[in-house]
Amino acid sequence: MDRRIFLRAVALSGTAATLSTSGALDVLAQTVVNSQTGESADLVAVMGGEPEEMFKRGITAIGGMGRFVKPGQKVTIKPNIGWNKAPELAANTNPGLIAEIVRQCFSAGAKEVTVFDHTCDEWLKCYENSGIEDAAKAAGAKTVPAHEESYYREVALPKGKSLKSAKIHQAILDSDVWINVPVLKNHGGANLSMSMKNLMGIVWDRRIFHRSDLFQCIADICSLDKRPALNVVDAYRVMKNNGPQGKSPADVVTPKGLFISQDIVAVDTAAAKFFNQIREMPLDHISYLSNGQALNIGTMDLEKLNVKRIKM
Amino acid sequence: MLKKIRAGIAILLFTLITFYFLDFAGLLPDKFHWLAKIQFIPALLALNAVILGILLLATLLFGRIYCSVVCPLGIFQDVAARISRLFNKKKKKKRYKYRPAKNIWRWSILAVVAIAFFAGFTLLAALLDPYSAYGRIVSSVFKPVYVTGNNLLAKLFSAFDNYTFYKVDINIRSIFTFATGGITFLVIGFLGWKYGRIYCNTVCPVGTILGFLSKHALLRIKIDPGKCNKCGLCEMKCKALCLNSKEQKIDYSRCVVCFDCLDSCKHDALKLVPAFPAKKTEIAGNQSVDTGKRKFLATMAVSVLSIPAVYAQQKIKTLVSLKPYKRQTPLSPPGSASADHLLDHCTSCQLCISKCPSHVLKPAFMEYGLGGMMQPVMDFEKGFCNFDCTVCSDVCPSGALLPLTTEEKHRTQVGHVVFIKENCVVYTDETNCGACSEHCPTQAVSMVPYKNGLTIPSVNPAICVGCGGCEYICPVRPYRAIHVEGNEVHKQAEVIRETKKKEIEIDGFGF
Repeated sequence: MDRRIFLRAVALSGTAATLSTSGALDVLAQTVVNSQTGESADLVAVMGGEPEEMFKRGITAIGGMGRFVKPGQKVTIKPNIGWNKAPELAANTNPGLIAEIVRQCFSAGAKEVTVFDHTCDEWLKCYENSGIEDAAKAAGAKTVPAHEESYYREVALPKGKSLKSAKIHQAILDSDVWINVPVLKNHGGANLSMSMKNLMGIVWDRRIFHRSDLFQCIADICSLDKRPALNVVDAYRVMKNNGPQGKSPADVVTPKGLFISQDIVAVDTAAAKFFNQIREMPLDHISYLSNGQALNIGTMDLEKLNVKRIKM
Repeated sequence: MLKKIRAGIAILLFTLITFYFLDFAGLLPDKFHWLAKIQFIPALLALNAVILGILLLATLLFGRIYCSVVCPLGIFQDVAARISRLFNKKKKKKRYKYRPAKNIWRWSILAVVAIAFFAGFTLLAALLDPYSAYGRIVSSVFKPVYVTGNNLLAKLFSAFDNYTFYKVDINIRSIFTFATGGITFLVIGFLGWKYGRIYCNTVCPVGTILGFLSKHALLRIKIDPGKCNKCGLCEMKCKALCLNSKEQKIDYSRCVVCFDCLDSCKHDALKLVPAFPAKKTEIAGNQSVDTGKRKFLATMAVSVLSIPAVYAQQKIKTLVSLKPYKRQTPLSPPGSASADHLLDHCTSCQLCISKCPSHVLKPAFMEYGLGGMMQPVMDFEKGFCNFDCTVCSDVCPSGALLPLTTEEKHRTQVGHVVFIKENCVVYTDETNCGACSEHCPTQAVSMVPYKNGLTIPSVNPAICVGCGGCEYICPVRPYRAIHVEGNEVHKQAEVIRETKKKEIEIDGFGF
């Protein structure tokens, strides 16, 4: 009898195991359905809600987190945590948005979620005062340091024009998928900082970018083989001038926007056009966009894409 | 019992202050800076009347308890002596032997230190101050070990995907200060190992000052001649080498009230009792001092010291001009008010340098001249000064760095920005950069339109605080396009005018 019960249990758990893996298939099936019905979008633009709610709507519109994160995967999220500034000053990505993305990754079955950034200010202060460390941890993710060269590994960039290789953080290299979550803001050197510029936070030596044609280097780093599975541009609060650090709350406006796409050039083009409603910023002054397009990383032509606009 | 209380408090304070120096992760809150502020020389320099009053009163009541429980260098020597006991068990019985007082030495050294200090040459006081000497020992010897241990743990844990520990740069910024700390460790450690508290009773200026008072202490250890059989056990236990068992006398100016002798006596002949009749014995010792010799030594020391000081003053100019980086005035840390104030008050204990989270402070070599060696100077090779951080001025025990509120810090201009357009990549390569402006907390460096959509730095030194963010990040080498020039006397940066916050109404996505 005991053996029979045992065998029955084995059979049952075996069935259970197949059931849980088929979760991924369900999601795939769902996206197929979506694309067949023309609902799956290449780029989703959301505005008018709170960061968490906008992300929930946006990610559903682009096919659900399950389209990008599979069960058992190691996910890394790369926000902008560059500065020792409170969330209200919009120098860093919105912590609530990060927490929501972490939660969605776990519901899609992620095994673990890691959050990091190579900060400009002292890293412990940035992690703490941006609110991102607490928010990420509360949602079940872990934060890892990025202040020491030994956390980075050299990677070749064969497609790069100015930048032929870079030392990339191991949290990116060792992940199964990674999600790029910048904040949209003005930037003294790059004019605008969005998804492409945010990749400067996955490398160790940033000075080389500034020394050897910043706009080409930004495009070059985006040619990294390991592309982000998703780019989410936080434009809930936007620093309109004195970026990237800002000097007072007067630099910040709250247009409540969010942009999601797998195409890093397209999502930045969309965010830049959104920014132009706040302050004029010609797209040819953000030439890492055209440099990126020239490297076939993505497209600036939003007309070619299936864009979904959601107003809340 | 008294000995156990003494040892208990001493170990507690010693462990805490050592850990406070080592603790880069902020496990002990910054508020524990009282550990440094209760130290004698820092309190003296900070003119901290409360602390000084308590220390002096305590000495007049109980003798040199500062030396036995508060001073970390004293306890360090006790630790060395204790370890030495583990190594030579055979000689246990012949441990210490009475030595006559070296009063000429003691007073000459104190005089030289004091005169040099008032002549504006603080280095000597800094070298001999026991607290600061211990600070350098921790920074040079213990901290690298501690950080290496942490880094090994970080490596081990991160291999298992655990980031409880994170790697920290060992960061030895000045070979001179590192060597000074290392040599102090070896010399004082050796002396403590072999001769107990001989440093405290021959060299240490604090020992000499407190020894002068402790001679008149209210409570003191006395030998009862009726009970004492001159067996010498107490003398062997006396690490201050001040107990003469043959003559049944104790030199109270050297006694560090460790109470080791009390328990050693088998006949109960030693007791801590109030001293009602003034003791003549030790005063006699002091009267035998040849004052002529003392004056001679003092005069000689001043002249010996002033020569290198003058020499250093002249030399500093040539040295600075020899540096590839032409900073004319060194940057003294926020709160120091001026390099001169720093020079007069700092004993180079390295606490601010140990605590600086941004690695922007390093021990000076010749930046301030000879007298300012090992004092903290700002350097932007490894980091820049965090706009909101006031740790260095919070922890400084000697008043060399005066406390600043965050608002005061935001306006304190330790130096000002200098932009050299000819070195800037925007000018030379006609490509975008903006790294300097990016790091500027006040936008004293801002990017303005240049040509072809490029932006180029424009500086406004009036609102600059001298944090060094721009100099730190500027990618141009060997000569940077932007750097910070020190202010000899710190200034007030102009307040940034707050523009009114205006919300914006947007209807569409813009595409």
